[in-house]
Amino acid sequence: MTRTAANSASVAAKPRLTTSAMIASIASEGQRTKPAPFGHALIALARSRPDIVGMTADLGKYTDLHVFAREFPDRYYQMGMAEQLLMGAAAGMAHEGFTPFATTYAVFASRRAYDFIHQTIAEENLDVKIACALPGLTSGYGPSHQAAEDLALFRAMPNLTVIDPCDAHEIEQVVPAIAAHRGPVYMRLLRGQVPLVLDEYGYRFELGKAKVLRDGAEVLVISSGIMTMRALEVAQALEADKVGVAVLHVPTIKPLDAETILQEASRSGRMVVVAENHTVIGGLGEAVAGLLLRSGVTPKFRHIGLPDEFLAAGALPTLHDRYGISTEVMSTRIKGWL
Amino acid sequence: MQSNPLGHKVDLAERAYRIRRNALKMGEVQGQGYIGQALDIADVLAVSYFHAMRYRPEDPAWEERDRFLLSNGHYAIALYAALIEAGIIPEEELETYGSDGSRLPMSGMASYTPGMEMSGGSLGLGLTIAVGMCLGLRRKSSAARVYTLFSDGELDEGSVWEAIMSAGHWKLDNLIGIVDVNNQQADGPSTQVLAFEPLVDKLEAFGWFVQRVDGNDLDAVVAAFDAARNHAAQKPRMIVCDTRMGCGVPFLEAREKNHFIRVDAHEWQLALEALEAGRTQ
Ligand SMILES: Cc1ncc(C[n+]2csc(CCOP(=O)(O)OP(=O)(O)O)c2C)c(N)n1
Ligand SMILES: [Mg+2]
Repeated sequence: MTRTAANSASVAAKPRLTTSAMIASIASEGQRTKPAPFGHALIALARSRPDIVGMTADLGKYTDLHVFAREFPDRYYQMGMAEQLLMGAAAGMAHEGFTPFATTYAVFASRRAYDFIHQTIAEENLDVKIACALPGLTSGYGPSHQAAEDLALFRAMPNLTVIDPCDAHEIEQVVPAIAAHRGPVYMRLLRGQVPLVLDEYGYRFELGKAKVLRDGAEVLVISSGIMTMRALEVAQALEADKVGVAVLHVPTIKPLDAETILQEASRSGRMVVVAENHTVIGGLGEAVAGLLLRSGVTPKFRHIGLPDEFLAAGALPTLHDRYGISTEVMSTRIKGWL
Repeated sequence: MQSNPLGHKVDLAERAYRIRRNALKMGEVQGQGYIGQALDIADVLAVSYFHAMRYRPEDPAWEERDRFLLSNGHYAIALYAALIEAGIIPEEELETYGSDGSRLPMSGMASYTPGMEMSGGSLGLGLTIAVGMCLGLRRKSSAARVYTLFSDGELDEGSVWEAIMSAGHWKLDNLIGIVDVNNQQADGPSTQVLAFEPLVDKLEAFGWFVQRVDGNDLDAVVAAFDAARNHAAQKPRMIVCDTRMGCGVPFLEAREKNHFIRVDAHEWQLALEALEAGRTQ
């Protein structure tokens, strides 16, 4: 008794800040959030779209598809922890005229089920919508759950539309938009309590469109996903230093909105910084760089993204700092580049 | 491994107790961890590390050692608990569990931890590695065996059945598979998520020598490991272990079953006390 009591006191005195847990919140302290925006948006849509079905590979609870399952139990297909089967079966459903929303983690769709998506879904341009949680570096669990390369892999797949939404406000709009689009879609998913940011910018999601969220004279940040949230924070932080930072949000990674990107990057005198929650290989940064070079637009160009290495396990804030995608580190680096 | 004047049963029960205690202490460090699973598999790990396997704690890479593959990498907390008890990881390191820079991350990875022989986290990989290791060991004329622990949820993955079929094909008698049937996976009870029974019949049909035991009955587990090691036929061996999540801590065992069992901050100490109360003297 005394031993355990003493033990408990010593443990209580220790900080428990760091953890390599699988599921970590990406919402910062006190940030506005919305619960399960994907699941609720899918329910709203499914009421008028009887063709929509939900399918998962033992991750219904962790992709917010469980709320859809509660509402429409007979339209929910638990396929077991079998990601390859999930994708093949979703293709089969699409063949029969249904529109499956198939969910798993980004790592398992991209790395385990790639060939199944490539051959059974994309090659036939089938109407399967793949929605995947834990995109990029949003888990402290180590490489098995860190999808640093999902955008590179899926960008390389013909026919596939690739979406990287920023927040709950956007996810709610992405769901009906990709369901209205004919053809396969890969969508990065934020689940659980999802930050709410873009409603304050009067933002509307349009498939294939990049949007300027704020203007600025010195720096143009081109970003997608949660990095847009970070970019907006960076812009605010640098305002104090009298540095004007514009933010161009590019939620549709493929097809890329070349027109808007070229127009914004051509404005003279601005440094272009692409920021992505993804390896620097093959994602938004290289897509934008290639576009600019091919078009003869050559501003000063910098790239913020994850390094080409197996990322560490650890607490997300530690990892975001270490790999340069936290607001603080981004701000410092951008100032240094000016 | 070591001989014990009290006989193996007392020794193994004490080992299993200490493995559970190590796991609870690690869970307490982070206020989380797959503790339900660690408690259900502690008896199997005690038998693996203190009855069945040959290894040298001071030399985890000893060429002649029996290999242990943790295919269900999220059970790392349980394996760390056993590796600490086996003297492969110093006990003090338990305090670092899951922390930044620790050798004991929440998901098991070979590049972080001595005694961790594969990088898991992505499920359904272990048996595929085991097939290659067993072929390699056979090629080297090594007497070492490959023990591979995996979970009932992993039975859903096609890759697991590819490996099961391959091991039967190659008659890998140096492979001992252990599947933890705790009837739980992420979205619910495994038997409801994807029906996998009759498991023994299926495995036998794939060419394996199969036993099914209560994985929380030490005597039964010891007998199964002995039979698996001594079996004469040239077949891979599978031990199907039915286990109870939370075993050893009655109030956790009684709690609503879940992939992540809920443990409130003050309950880690209570769990350690409950475990202590059930300790076999
Ligand atoms: C290939 C793969 N797909 C999905 C997951 C996500 N996941 C982590 S644990 C888990 C449940 C697996 O079943 P089991 O190991 O039996 O669960 P437990 O007994 O620990 O509840 C799932 C689906 C994963 N880690 N790997
Ligand atoms: Mg299980």
